[in-house]
Amino acid sequence: MIKSFKKNIKGILIEGLTLSSAVVIIAIVVVMVTVIVIGGKNQISWEFLTSFPEDGMTKGGIFPAIYGTALLVIIMSIAAVPFGTITAIYLTEYAKENSIIAKTIRFAVRTLAVIPSIIYGLFGLGFFIKFVGTTMDSTFLGGHLKWGQPNILWASLTMALLTLPVVIVSVEEALKTVPDDLRAASLALGATKWQTIWKVVIPGSISGIMTGTILAVSRGAGEVAPILFTGVAYYVATLPASFSDQFMVLGYHIYVMTTQSANVDKTLPIQFGTTLVLLALTFILNISAIILRYRIRKKKIN
Amino acid sequence: MANKTKMSKRSELKDSQLIDITKKKFRWGDFLAEKVIKGVAFLSITIIVLIFVFVFREAFPIFSSSKSADQVMSAGNTAAGQETYGEVTDKPVVQDAQETYGEVTDIKDKEVKSKDSLTAQADDEKYTVSAGSGFDDNQSALKTVLTKDWVPVSQKPRYGILSLIVGTFKITIISMLFAAPLAIMAALYTASFAGKRMKEIIKPTIELLAGFPSVVIGFFALMILASVLQSVFHYDTRLNAFVGGIAMGIAAIPIIFTITEDALTAVPNSFYQASLALGASKWQTAFFVILPAATPGIFAAILLGIGRVFGETMIALMATGNAALMDLNPFTSVRTLAATIGAEMAEVVFGDTHYNVLFLIGSLLFIFTFILNAIAEFYVKGKLMKRIQGK
Repeated sequence: MIKSFKKNIKGILIEGLTLSSAVVIIAIVVVMVTVIVIGGKNQISWEFLTSFPEDGMTKGGIFPAIYGTALLVIIMSIAAVPFGTITAIYLTEYAKENSIIAKTIRFAVRTLAVIPSIIYGLFGLGFFIKFVGTTMDSTFLGGHLKWGQPNILWASLTMALLTLPVVIVSVEEALKTVPDDLRAASLALGATKWQTIWKVVIPGSISGIMTGTILAVSRGAGEVAPILFTGVAYYVATLPASFSDQFMVLGYHIYVMTTQSANVDKTLPIQFGTTLVLLALTFILNISAIILRYRIRKKKIN
Repeated sequence: MANKTKMSKRSELKDSQLIDITKKKFRWGDFLAEKVIKGVAFLSITIIVLIFVFVFREAFPIFSSSKSADQVMSAGNTAAGQETYGEVTDKPVVQDAQETYGEVTDIKDKEVKSKDSLTAQADDEKYTVSAGSGFDDNQSALKTVLTKDWVPVSQKPRYGILSLIVGTFKITIISMLFAAPLAIMAALYTASFAGKRMKEIIKPTIELLAGFPSVVIGFFALMILASVLQSVFHYDTRLNAFVGGIAMGIAAIPIIFTITEDALTAVPNSFYQASLALGASKWQTAFFVILPAATPGIFAAILLGIGRVFGETMIALMATGNAALMDLNPFTSVRTLAATIGAEMAEVVFGDTHYNVLFLIGSLLFIFTFILNAIAEFYVKGKLMKRIQGK
């Protein structure tokens, strides 16, 4: 009797300990969200979202940062989503499960996913700006400096490399949920392999491609390190009009305002407001991705 | 058994006769599509190779014997390239950046780190001394790399990365001590004890946390966490390795949790049932059967968590104080490798020694995370499979 009670005590202790760890993690998330919402909610207004910074960034809105972030993720998605989807199609439809090529590609994708984002920044600087950019300048513009410096195109492409694994992984997961019977049926009706992929497999996994895109956009909107020296600017008076312009981004705006602005206390409301906007953006994107993915998994079970 | 037939069925489908029949006629469309898809699929491998090549290429000049001013020019791409980044982008950047990190972090910082005031001063000098002047001798720069003074911009620059490495490891250890037990325990709870409803709360929360931009976590650490922790622990420097470590731990929790949970749920159900049949209780099964069976996976989770913390830039920039001190006290400011790149790259002259050293640091970071990932991938996975399948 006593022995079993002792056993029980241990069990309760261990279960309680693990439960409290889970609760602590949830609490951390809740506290972070609450603090930022409380700090920033008074700042959010239509004007804040749609006007330019004023008075040396101590007043005004964050419209250029929102616009820059949107432009960045759009160019990034155009680059990353097709390539990511095609890679996923190769891995699931063409490559043999245990071939060396497939294994190498999978390893490369997972490596891409863990490389620190700052390394992508260095790569963007070394490859896009200093190699591609300066080569373009010297061949097309006769040495006139246009592409050999940070701009939105290079920043978006750098970000696309960073988000490529995100797209690949979620599209691959979705492609695997398309039943093999459907493929076999399509092939049996005389469709070629490519026709099967294009007409049967891809439509069946469109929600997976969307999930991948959303997750990639969410990641791209929040990352700052890769674009630190590939195109982001502290302040630009005009919105970026061409690929060779610099631009502002929400995440970098937060960083600069908190660590390098002349008067940190004065801009505190703007900092909280910007953080809230960025957090809300990534939250909405992530929640929709979670819901989409939940549906895909449900489909898989059926 | 059922699994096996399914497997063979699938592989049959892949190169079955069905496809062979359709292949009777050679189709250009299909042929091209396959080649294009295959080509694109190789892109991810190409990117890895390119990253290797280009990050090392920019770091390489530091190893060449000496560099003439001419080379600096060509690397910097004509006179325009000689201008610093800050100037190219915008004037205000330079002006604002003049308030060095030391000042931004805290005024108290400076008083405490009297030893470090030298560094802070050197940071100030950066903007008075024309950057990149007078120091073209890479050989002597290389000699300073393995010292502990990180004074990249002064009349006599020294690029000692030892203090940066120590700082990075300090933060990594603190964050792992915080995040690993928390995440592993939570994962054990989710995998072994939690009911369906609790799971539906925990998992999406973790996914949301994974989606938190690191700059937001950094902001939270800088604004709130730093003050709270200071009032609890009563240390002098507001921004220090401890605050940075906790913040990075928060960023690493989702990674550790997800991989650990995957490893725990991958343990076959028969383990669980066998343990219960032998009379073990639920918690004994969880603690003495499931958890040990999944240790290689947990090890991988911690490795990838370390990789995340090691390369984290924005949190390090915002919450660690950014002073290159070399001691083992968790409550002093540190400067990590990644933060150094992030803070200084924007202000260096292209092709300068300082620029090359920053790329050298980048190469170190890259090699380190690459190796961590490779270990997690090959060694641990092989072991996990062996243990679970009992081969």
